[in-house]
Amino acid sequence: MFAAFMLDTWVAGLIVAITAGVVGWFVVLRGASFAAHALPLGTFPGAAAAVLLGIAPSAGVAGFGLAGVVAIWVLGRRGRPEVATALTLVMLLATGALLLSWTDRYAAQVYALLFGQVLGVSRASLGGMALAGAGAVALVLAGFRPLLLGAIAPDLAAARGARPAAWEFGFLAAIALAAAVAVPVVGALLTFALMVGPASCGRAVSARPELALAASVAIALALMAGSIALSYITSWPVGCFAGLGGAGCYALGRALL
Amino acid sequence: MSAGWFALGPVGVALAVSFAAALVSAVVGVFTVLRGQAFAGHALGDISGAGGAAALLFGIRPLAGFVAMALGGAAAMALAGGRRIAERDLASGVVLGAGLGLAALFLYLDATMSGAGGAASTVMFGSMFAIPPGMVLPAALCAVAALAAMAALARPLALIAIDPDLAASRGVRVRLVGFAHLAVLALAVGLAAMSVGAVLATALLIGPAAAGLRAARTLPGAVALAAAIGVGASWGGIGLAYESYGWSLGWGGRHGWPVSFFVVALVVAAHAGAGLAARMRG
Repeated sequence: MFAAFMLDTWVAGLIVAITAGVVGWFVVLRGASFAAHALPLGTFPGAAAAVLLGIAPSAGVAGFGLAGVVAIWVLGRRGRPEVATALTLVMLLATGALLLSWTDRYAAQVYALLFGQVLGVSRASLGGMALAGAGAVALVLAGFRPLLLGAIAPDLAAARGARPAAWEFGFLAAIALAAAVAVPVVGALLTFALMVGPASCGRAVSARPELALAASVAIALALMAGSIALSYITSWPVGCFAGLGGAGCYALGRALL
Repeated sequence: MSAGWFALGPVGVALAVSFAAALVSAVVGVFTVLRGQAFAGHALGDISGAGGAAALLFGIRPLAGFVAMALGGAAAMALAGGRRIAERDLASGVVLGAGLGLAALFLYLDATMSGAGGAASTVMFGSMFAIPPGMVLPAALCAVAALAAMAALARPLALIAIDPDLAASRGVRVRLVGFAHLAVLALAVGLAAMSVGAVLATALLIGPAAAGLRAARTLPGAVALAAAIGVGASWGGIGLAYESYGWSLGWGGRHGWPVSFFVVALVVAAHAGAGLAARMRG
């Protein structure tokens, strides 16, 4: 499990867990579970498109992630946000279904993209992952106060001159960046479990935002390490453990509260 | 369209099953959108995928797998859910995570034990033309049961959607009705997951309903419009997919575009059209 070829996976897991722990705490705070589920899942067709076009998968993922952020934000300003998220998600996925029908050398990769795999990252991609993860973390930390205030007292935030719509866009962009980091390892379907599970437990640890955030990151690290280790031992997909473990974290948090 | 279109077995089955799925999804969807439960609806669709994967593994009927897993998810959500929407969404998300974790496991076992490598695509994106004819009767029975339940639930659900406290003061048992709604929702997405696939069941559930609510002035009007859009989009999607076998627009000379793509495209177009109609009316 600690062989040389696993080193990249452990480093990737570290980056994924820190990013997901920080961004996920804001996801839980702002009640944005649906967007946190839809954006990673919506980037999955991007990878399929990249394979079809012969470009780097990360470019496809980034393109679809950006399209998803813009669509949720624009549609959400006109109507119900959750309807906007649902429609954006099905549009992205339908595009994915079309692209997948055009390629047949893809079944194993579809499965890995949806549910994650231990050896999903190469050393060359670690730098890009670290950069995207740092971007996501920097974005939400820069917006720490407006995002916090916007979640707890939206009227007060508006009165204070914080621009909720602009921060909403930045927040969605941070989720998309975090998704781009996590999807290759944890899979498109279960990336959000790594965000909301640890964070929902972290908020039970302390009422102080800084401590709860730190707890969320620590729990995400433990969950990620456990998932990678169990996946290595059983050769079951990483997402399987992240999903069930995330639910366990939530149950633990509910018991503590 | 060529003659004898309906005579073809797989197309006829697809038309019948998708009619049931679209009709039930649209009716349930209107109340789901009204209550702000779109995420729960989507989550149940994804969770039902775990049931579809389990059905492949154990060799039981796919519909039974899809619906049973969705019902289990609905029960878990009802147990975990709180009253505030953000908290309810979190609970839905956590149940969804657990359900998808199981889906990952079952699909892995499908691939390794029975060699069903394409199972992930089939379960998640559907294969409308591969539905066995024996599925029509159970699907119709599910649909009738769901519609009957919705007829009984419509009034209390509308009240709850407007104001839960008012509904409670009028003697509506909010928790019980909420759970019944989730159960019917599970039935609807289980059906839809059979036809357009687990991840795209959301399109039939949310798209027509949101369009109906946008364009119609009354709740019954919204339900009727949603049903018409849902059925129209699924049948239109099947027709276009069938026709597309004759197109040469595919990548690398491939023919035939997936049904799910056309269904979603038509649903999204209807939603945009409804928004336009509502704005023009003022």
